[in-house]
Amino acid sequence: MRKVAIAGIGFTKVGEPWERNIKDLFAEAALAAMKDAAHTEVDQLYVANMMGAHLQGQLGMGAIMAEAIGKPGISAARIEAGQASGGVAFNEGVKAVASGLNDWVLVGGVEKMSDLLPEAVTTALVGTEEQEYTSYTGVTKTGLSAILHRLYSREYGATPEEIGWFAVRSHDNAVGVAHAQYSFKLSIERVMTSPMEADPIRMMECAAVADGAAAVLLGPAEKIATGIEVAASTVATDYTSLASRRHPLTLEAVKKAANGAYEAAKVKPKDVDVLEVTDDTTIDGVLSLEDLGFVEKGKGAKFVAQGHTARTGEIPTNNFGGLKARGNPVGATGLYQIVETVIQLRGKAGANQITGAEVGMAQSMASVGSTCSIAILRRV
Amino acid sequence: MSVPRYWREEKPRYRLIGEECAKCGAKHYPRTPVCSCGSTEFKPYKLAETGKVESWTVIRNAPLGYERFTPYVVALIELDDGVRVMSQVVDVEPEAVKSGMKVEYTFRKVTEDGQAGLIQYGFKFRPIVD
Amino acid sequence: MNKLKTLIRVGIVGYGAYVPMYRLKAAEVNRMWSTSGEPVEEKAVVALDEDTITISVECARQAVRRSGVDPANIGAVYVGTESKPYAVKPSGTIVAEVIGATPSVSTADYEFACKAGTEAMQTCIGLVGSGMQKYAMGIGADTAQGKPGDALEYTAACGGAAYLFGPAEESVAELEASYSYVTDTPDFWRRSKEMYPRHGNRFTGDPAYFKHITGAGKALLAETGYKPTDFKWAIFHQPNAKFPINVAKMLGFGMDQINPGLVSPVVGNTYAGSSPLGLAATLDVAESGDRILMVSYGSGAGSDAFVWKVRPPIKHRRSGPKVKNYIERKRYVDYATYLRHRGQIIV
Ligand SMILES: [Zn+2]
Repeated sequence: MRKVAIAGIGFTKVGEPWERNIKDLFAEAALAAMKDAAHTEVDQLYVANMMGAHLQGQLGMGAIMAEAIGKPGISAARIEAGQASGGVAFNEGVKAVASGLNDWVLVGGVEKMSDLLPEAVTTALVGTEEQEYTSYTGVTKTGLSAILHRLYSREYGATPEEIGWFAVRSHDNAVGVAHAQYSFKLSIERVMTSPMEADPIRMMECAAVADGAAAVLLGPAEKIATGIEVAASTVATDYTSLASRRHPLTLEAVKKAANGAYEAAKVKPKDVDVLEVTDDTTIDGVLSLEDLGFVEKGKGAKFVAQGHTARTGEIPTNNFGGLKARGNPVGATGLYQIVETVIQLRGKAGANQITGAEVGMAQSMASVGSTCSIAILRRV
Repeated sequence: MSVPRYWREEKPRYRLIGEECAKCGAKHYPRTPVCSCGSTEFKPYKLAETGKVESWTVIRNAPLGYERFTPYVVALIELDDGVRVMSQVVDVEPEAVKSGMKVEYTFRKVTEDGQAGLIQYGFKFRPIVD
Repeated sequence: MNKLKTLIRVGIVGYGAYVPMYRLKAAEVNRMWSTSGEPVEEKAVVALDEDTITISVECARQAVRRSGVDPANIGAVYVGTESKPYAVKPSGTIVAEVIGATPSVSTADYEFACKAGTEAMQTCIGLVGSGMQKYAMGIGADTAQGKPGDALEYTAACGGAAYLFGPAEESVAELEASYSYVTDTPDFWRRSKEMYPRHGNRFTGDPAYFKHITGAGKALLAETGYKPTDFKWAIFHQPNAKFPINVAKMLGFGMDQINPGLVSPVVGNTYAGSSPLGLAATLDVAESGDRILMVSYGSGAGSDAFVWKVRPPIKHRRSGPKVKNYIERKRYVDYATYLRHRGQIIV
C-alpha cells in the first residue's frame, strides 16, 4: 500500500449563495484544490453529495461535475452515505491512491440545501433512516438526536445546559472565520432560551440549512511531498434504527471506525492535537467525543461545558465552528472537516491556530451514527 | 407516494407482525433478510401490543406529509415482549409524556397524499385506556 | 309483514365500541355563534389522525378480542357509515386486513344515513342466520359532518361500535327478532361531492324520526307479543338528548330502561354509530336474561328494530375499556381546534 498525501485543498464560504448552483459551488472548491496543489491532472473524481437527487433532481453527478471542472471524460462517480458522504468519499479516494490504482484523485463534496423549503430538507435529512418503519413515524433527524438527548440526560445526569454548551463552544471558534456560515458568538443563555426544535433539543443546538463545497486532491506521497499525509481512513456502519441498537447511547460505528483508525495510524486519543466532530446537534457532538475515546462515556457534556474542547483545552475541537457554526452543507461537511484539519496541520489557521498541531482527526457521521468515517491526518 | 410500497407493508404495520429467527430466536421488527446470527430462516412473530416509553421527542418541524399533525410525539418504546419499536404516541399532550409511561397499540392515519391521493394508515401508540 | 327471522339462531358473540377523546361543548359552539342552543352538553371529536376507518378498526379489534373467535373464520366485515374516507374504495377491506379476516371474507360499505350501522348488522345476521357464514361483523361508525353554524354542529359527532355475529349458543346476546320499516322521506341528505348535509329542520321530527321509530318499534312489539315491561333496557337512535327520551315515552318505555344506552348528551350523535354505541353501553351493564329493544333511525328514511336476549357469557366477554371509560377519557377543544381536527383548516 502506498502512502497517500493531501496535495491540495479548496472550499467555498458556507452560506446561502442564492445566485450560484451546485456546479458553480463544486467547481470553485475543486479548482481551488487543484490550484493549491499546483497540479491539474486528475485520474478519478469522487463527488460527495447527499441530497442532490431530492433537492436538485440531479443524478449522475460524477459526469456532471467532471464536465463542470473542465474534465469531461475522466472516471467519475458520486458517493452517497448520507451526512457522512464527504468522509466516505474521502475514504474511497484514499483507497484508490493507496492501492496504486489511481495516482491523482479529486474528492469533492457539495450540497445546496437552500434550493428547497425547510420541510423538503427535513424530509431529505431523515432519508438515511430506514424509510418504511423509522421515517414512516414522522420522526426527523433532529428528533432522533432528541430521543438520545433525553436518554443521555436520564442515564448520566447531564443537564440540558451542559449539553447545550457544545453549540457555544462551536460558535466561539467560528468568530473571525471567513468561510463560516455563522461567525458570531453564541451565549448559553441564547441557546437555552431558543425555541424547541425537537424537545428537548432547541433550535440553537442544531446546524442549519447550508450550501457549500469542499475538495481535496489526493496523490501518492512518493510523488508529491506536501507535508500532510493520511495516517488512517476508516468507515464503519451500525444498525440504522435506534430501536435495533442494544445500547443506543453508544455509537458503535464511531467506536469501530475510531478504533480502526487509531490502530492504523498507531496513535491514541491523547496524541490527537486537533479534532473535528459531528455536531449536527449538541448531543451528536457529545456522544461522538465519548465514542472517539476523548472522554469517558457519560462525562462528555460536562467535559465540553468545562472548556476541555476549547482552543486552549485538552482537545481543541471544531476549530472553525463545526457543523453548528461553520455550517453543515451535509454532503460536503466531511470534506470541510478534512480541509480544516489540513489548514491546522499546515499551521495556516491564523487566529484559530492550535500551536504545534501535528496529528488531526476528523469524524463524519450520518444521521445518529448509521455510518461513521474517520480520517487521521499527520504532518510529516 | 408509492402505492406498492404502502401495500407491501400493510400486514406488518396493521397487525404488528415481525419475524422470529428460527435458529437463535431473535425477534426482528421490521423483518430483515439476514439475522445477526447469520440465519436466513424466520417465522412470523406477532409483537406485543403494550409497552412502555423509553425516550421520546416532540416533532415541531415535520417532514413533508406530516406537517398537519405538529406538534406530535415520537417515542422509542419497549414492548412487553422486549422488542423495541419507534412510534408516534397520540392522545396525550406532549408535556404529559413520561418515561416508563404504559402505552398500547392504536390504529391511525399516518399521512395522506393530498386531498385526492392514498391515505396511509398504520400503528401508533397511546396511553393505555382503562 | 316482512319480519326478519333467521333459520339458524344468531347472536352477538363479541362487541366493541370506541369514542375518540376530544370533546366540543355546546357552550363553545354558542360562544362562537352567539347562540344559546344545547341539544347535547358536548360531543366527541376525532383526533387529527382519526377517521371512520380508524374508529371502525378500534371497535372491530375489541369485538374480535372479546369474542375469542379466530379472525380467519370471520366471513364478512361490513362498515356502515356516512363519512367514508374514500368515496370509492371500501373501508371494510382495511378493517378486515387489520383484524386478520382477509382473504376469505366478504366486505362492503353500507350507507343509510344514521342507520347504515344497523343495516350492516342486519346483513350479518342474514349471513349467519342462513348458514352462509359462521361469523360476520357489522360496524356502525362515523365522523359526522355539521356545517359551521348549522344546528347539526352541536351534535354531529364521532364514534362507533362493532358487532361480531355467530351461533346463538356462543353468544353474549341472542337475536330474538328483527324488523325494518322504511319509506321515502327526504328529511336529510348530502349530495355527492358536497361537504355538508342539508336537512328539513322540523320536518326531521314527526314525519321522519318519530314516525319511523314508532313504526318499527310498535310492529316488532306486536309481532313478538312483548310489552315494554318485558324489556329491561331499550335503545333508540340518539340524534340529540331529547328525541330518544320522547320516542321512548311514545312507545311506553321509561328513563330507567333507556338510561344506560343514552350516550348522546355527552357523546353527541355518532350517526351510523349512534344506536350501536348505545347498545354497547347497555351490554356493558346488562346481565344474563335481560331483554333489550333497539331501534335505529336513518334519514331518508327508515328504522331497524331488534330484540336481544342477553346470555350468560356476557360476564366474561366485556373485558377491557367500556363505553363509559371512553366517555370519561376526554379533553375539551376550543372551536378553532375543533375545526382543525375536522380538517376544516387547511394546513
Ligand atoms: Zn438468529
